[in-house]
Amino acid sequence: MRAGAPGRLFDRLVRLPPLLWLAAFFLLPFAITLKISLSEPATAIPPYLPVLDWQGGLEGWSAFLEALNFDNYATLASDALYCDAALGSLAYAAAASLILVALGTPLAYALARAPARWQPLLVALVVVPFWTSFLIRVYAWIAILKPEGLLNLVLLRSGVIAKPLILLNTDAAVIVGLVYAYLPFMVLPLYAVMNRLDPALREAAADLGASPTRVFWTVTLPLSLPGIAAGAGLCFIPMVGEFVIPDLLGGSETLMLGRVLWSEFFSNRDWPLASAVAVLILALIIGPVVLFRDSLRAGEEGRP
Amino acid sequence: MPDAPALRLDNLTKRFGTHVAVDAVTLALKPGEFFCLLGPSGCGKSTLLRMIAGFEAPSSGHVRLGEQDLTALPPHRRPVNMMFQSYALFPHMSVAGNVGYGLKGLGRAAASARVTDLLRLVQLEGFGDRRPDTLSGGQRQRVALARALAREPKLLLLDEPLGALDRGLREETQAELRAVQRRLGTAFVVVTHDPEEAMMLADRIGVMQGGRLAQVGTPADLYRRPASRFVAGLLGDVNLIAGRLGSAEAGDTRAVQTAHGIVRGSATGLPEGTAVVVAVRPDDIVLGTEGLPVTIADTVFLGDRLRRTLRLPDGTVLRSSGRPGDAQDPVGSDIRLGFAPADAVILPA
Repeated sequence: MRAGAPGRLFDRLVRLPPLLWLAAFFLLPFAITLKISLSEPATAIPPYLPVLDWQGGLEGWSAFLEALNFDNYATLASDALYCDAALGSLAYAAAASLILVALGTPLAYALARAPARWQPLLVALVVVPFWTSFLIRVYAWIAILKPEGLLNLVLLRSGVIAKPLILLNTDAAVIVGLVYAYLPFMVLPLYAVMNRLDPALREAAADLGASPTRVFWTVTLPLSLPGIAAGAGLCFIPMVGEFVIPDLLGGSETLMLGRVLWSEFFSNRDWPLASAVAVLILALIIGPVVLFRDSLRAGEEGRP
Repeated sequence: MPDAPALRLDNLTKRFGTHVAVDAVTLALKPGEFFCLLGPSGCGKSTLLRMIAGFEAPSSGHVRLGEQDLTALPPHRRPVNMMFQSYALFPHMSVAGNVGYGLKGLGRAAASARVTDLLRLVQLEGFGDRRPDTLSGGQRQRVALARALAREPKLLLLDEPLGALDRGLREETQAELRAVQRRLGTAFVVVTHDPEEAMMLADRIGVMQGGRLAQVGTPADLYRRPASRFVAGLLGDVNLIAGRLGSAEAGDTRAVQTAHGIVRGSATGLPEGTAVVVAVRPDDIVLGTEGLPVTIADTVFLGDRLRRTLRLPDGTVLRSSGRPGDAQDPVGSDIRLGFAPADAVILPA
């Protein structure tokens, strides 16, 4: 059909910018990172061997490909540090995600049930922390949690404790920081889903004799599962690679991949190994993405 | 269930800020009655229904069922169920799950037997495992009805129960709804904006206007003896002839002086000299040699009826509806229009 051709051309053109964007700012950097991760372990600066000989033609390519190796990944596998860091990242992210679901669900529900004229203000309050630098907000937690910090001061003054608690640089501090920083990402998608639920469904359940608690567990919560999955995914994925929070709030024993990556890159200056860690983080994250994508799709079909 | 407790509303009022949505409604239902709340959108009929169900707290007044005062009870404690306009079926549950949702107190076996019975009642046997989103509009409507009936309510509230159905299905469903109501003997309160639907369904109709109950009565009462111009116009075509009320005559028949002569109708309690309208249904108009002078402006043959458009000398347009055999006078001819005083109601202008 001739008439359809310009339309189809337009459709293709519309798809082009995002594709170019992804190619330029995701695929290309990833290819570079992947290449470096397969290079000879070496400290200091590029170039990392092997280097592709552009003039060498086919031979140059095969020499290049043969010289690539998995030595860096072997290092990752042989040193328990990296495995522990990977497991640590997953554990911190999973624990924080669970707490986020437990905290975010009632919060989002309260938002969705608030009087309509208050909702814009309440949603704005959830978003307001974004107006301040992320780094400053994490530093604020140091001021709250440190031995002579705000929290200890309040507890000491009120006589709850006799000597300051060690809060900063612990696992608990990392979890608190993660939950605090990612709460809006949990609440907003969940609120969006809950706000769209037909209030008549809750009324129908109450009308059929269900107490408010039963209405929540049998109607509101099951119908909000797509929002919970979206929120949990949105939080879990970046938390796995989180660097700032464990570095500032965690202790020396807090092992997360983001931190290891940073120290390989900046302290040890071992770019090839750091790149291998980056690829590992990506691999760890792609798993949950695929998982959540399936559950999100199921949610959209109304089948949680 | 002739002795089932009946609904009584006592000065029920709902204010939203300064707006009075429902204004001092007092109403007593008969046991097992099919009652219709009829009115245009915004007249307060849905708010009234929601107060009976417990979703809105009244500003003042009481909702009683027999001797029991429901006013302070939350919706889940009321022996009243509601069928929602949107049906509000739970999308994440099967048809059986929806119908059985309110049967938590029953044992598993008893509940499942009851669900089977209910699905048979609404002719949806074998649909138990289906999801609501795989059903047609009419089927969803019947699932909603079965779900609302599951707990054997003493009173069933239906908010525009047929509003989402197309016309053919609607008439069929009206008959089914009446059949179910007769079989169960449960009192039904239906909210609708469609006068025809109200007349087809209800034993009695309560017409609402501006938050008040304008008139309560059987469909025939409301059609033949409307209490106001609003009710007269709502329940079908009506002719309104303006005039001034004369002195009392035998019974409640009164004379009205119009611009074109005297007509008689029935009225109660209006003082002499009041500006009034005489309301006459098109099928009560007799065309002949006596009465007000009119010109036949148009004649439409409708098969079972002959509909005429008539014009008074002052330009007022009236309509008559007669048998096709009466068609003798051609368009443009002058004729006289009359009606029996008992068929005409005199209403305040």
